[in-house]
Amino acid sequence: MNQLASESDRQNPVLRGVGGLGGRALYVLTDLGRMGIFLFYALIGLFKRPFRFREVVKQVYFIGAGSLPVIFFTALSSGMVLGLQGYYSLNKFGAEGMLGSAVALTLIMELGPVLTALMVAGRAGSAMCAEIGIMRISEQVDALECMAIDPFRYLISPKFLAMLISLPLLTAVFDVVGIWGGYLAGVKLMGVNSGAFFFGMEQSVTNHEIRLGVIKSFVFALLIVWICTGRGYFVQKIRGAGFGAESVSKVTTQAVVMSSISVLIFDYLLTAVLL
Amino acid sequence: MKNVREATAVTTPAIEFVEVCKAFGERSKRNVVLDKVSFSIPRGQTTVIAGGSGQGKSVVLKLILGLLRPDSGKVLVGNQDIATLGYKSLQEVRMLFGVLFQGSALFDSLTVHENVALPLRERTELSAGEIDRRVSATLEQLGLTGHEDKFPAQLSGGMKKRVGLARALQLDPEIVLFDEPTTGLDPVMTREIYELFTTTQQRLGYTAVIVSHDIPQVFSLANQIVLLNKGEFDVFTDADQIGRSQKRFIREFALMVMGQQLSNEKQEKQ
Repeated sequence: MNQLASESDRQNPVLRGVGGLGGRALYVLTDLGRMGIFLFYALIGLFKRPFRFREVVKQVYFIGAGSLPVIFFTALSSGMVLGLQGYYSLNKFGAEGMLGSAVALTLIMELGPVLTALMVAGRAGSAMCAEIGIMRISEQVDALECMAIDPFRYLISPKFLAMLISLPLLTAVFDVVGIWGGYLAGVKLMGVNSGAFFFGMEQSVTNHEIRLGVIKSFVFALLIVWICTGRGYFVQKIRGAGFGAESVSKVTTQAVVMSSISVLIFDYLLTAVLL
Repeated sequence: MKNVREATAVTTPAIEFVEVCKAFGERSKRNVVLDKVSFSIPRGQTTVIAGGSGQGKSVVLKLILGLLRPDSGKVLVGNQDIATLGYKSLQEVRMLFGVLFQGSALFDSLTVHENVALPLRERTELSAGEIDRRVSATLEQLGLTGHEDKFPAQLSGGMKKRVGLARALQLDPEIVLFDEPTTGLDPVMTREIYELFTTTQQRLGYTAVIVSHDIPQVFSLANQIVLLNKGEFDVFTDADQIGRSQKRFIREFALMVMGQQLSNEKQEKQ
C-alpha cells in the first residue's frame, strides 16, 4: 500500500516539484554545513604542529610572486584608464587637480582589493582547487588520513596562510602600480600638475581608507582560499559534478565562479558596513 | 602509540566484523552492500576478501580504516570499535595500519624517496639522516634503488605498487591492507607483486588483508577467504571448500568466476 502511494506520489508533477525543491534545499544546507566544518578544521590546522614553513613559502611564491605579472598589467591598465577617464570628467568642471585624489581613493578602497582578488581567484584559486580535487579522486587525501597525517594541517592550512599573506601584499602592489598608471595618464600624458596630483591624494587618503582596503583584501583572501580548496576537497560530494577528470574540471570552474561572485557580494557588504 | 599496540593483545583477532550492515543511495534506490556481515581476521595471517565488482570489497577496507561508518553493527580493531573512536584515538589506531591503494595513491609532486619518507617525517621524531637511511634500506629491499629521484608519473604500474608497498611498510604496521594490489598489471608483474608480498610478510610478520578479484590466483596466498556477493558473505579456510558450498550465492559467484575465466582464456587465444 505504501509502495503504491509512493508510486502515485512520484508521478504527481506538483509533489515531484516540491520534492525536488526540498531535496535541493537539503543539499544546499548540507553543503553549507560541510563547508563550515571544513573552514573550522582549516583554521584549527593553522595552529597545529609540526608547522609546514617550507610549504607556506612555496605557496606564497606561487600565489604571490607568480601572480605579480598579471597584477602589474591589470593595475597599470586600470590606473591609466582611471587617469584618462577622471581627467575628462573632472576637466569639465575645472577640477583636474582632484585627479590624484580620485584615482587613489578608487584604487585603494575598491579596484585594488576587488581586481586583485578576481585575478588571484582565476589564477591561483583554480590551480588550488584542481590540485586538491585530483589528490582527492586519486586517493592521495585518503592515503594521508590512513597514515594518520591530518590532511588539513598538511595540505589545506598552508594554502590558507599563504593566501592570507599574499593577497594583501598583492593588493598593495596593485594600488601602487595603479596610482603610477594614473600618474602616467593624468600628469605625463594629459598635463595635470604633478604637485596638485599628489597633494590631492595626500589630503584625501587617510588611515580609514587604507584600513578598508586592507580589511577587504583579508576577507577576499579567506573567501577565495576557502571556496577553492573546499570545492576541491569535496569534489566527489558535489551534486552533478560527475566523476574523474570531468568532475575536477567542472568543480574548478564552479569554484572560480563562486569565489568571484562572493568577492563582489562581500565588496558591497563591507563597503556598506565599514565606509 | 604503545598503548594501542599493547591493547591489541595477541589473543584477540586483529579485526572483527560483528553483524555489520552498510547500504548506499537514497531510500527509494537503496543498495545494500553488506547485510549483517560477521567474520574475524586472525592475527599474523592472510585474509583474502573476494567478490565481484561492486560487491563491497573496498567498503570493507574503508570500514576497517574508519573512512566509512557502518549503518549498524561493529568493526573492532583489536578490541576497539573504530566507529566510536575520537579523533586522537582514531589516529593512533590508524598508525597500526599500512595501506597499499588500488592506484598506489602516491603523491604526484613528491619523488619516490620523498613519498616513502613521508610517514617517517610526519609521524616520527627521527633525524633526517636516520630517515634517509631507513628509506634507502627499504627501497633496496624492494628493488627500487636508482629510482629515488623519479616522480610517480615516471614509473611503471608495477614500480608504483612497489613504492606504495614501501611507503605502507615504513611505520612497521601490524596490519597491512592491500586494495586490489594487482589491478592493471600483466601476469609477470602480478606474480612479482605476490612474491614481494610473501617475502615481506614472512620477514615482518604483519596481518594481511587482501581485497582482490584476481581469482583464483590470489587464493594461493590466503589462510582465510571471505567471499562477498550481493550483501551476503561466507568464510572459507581453503579455496577447495568454495566449490563444495551449498549456498546459492556462492554457487552463483563460482559460476560468475568460471565465466570470467573462460572469457579471459578466449581473449588470450585470440
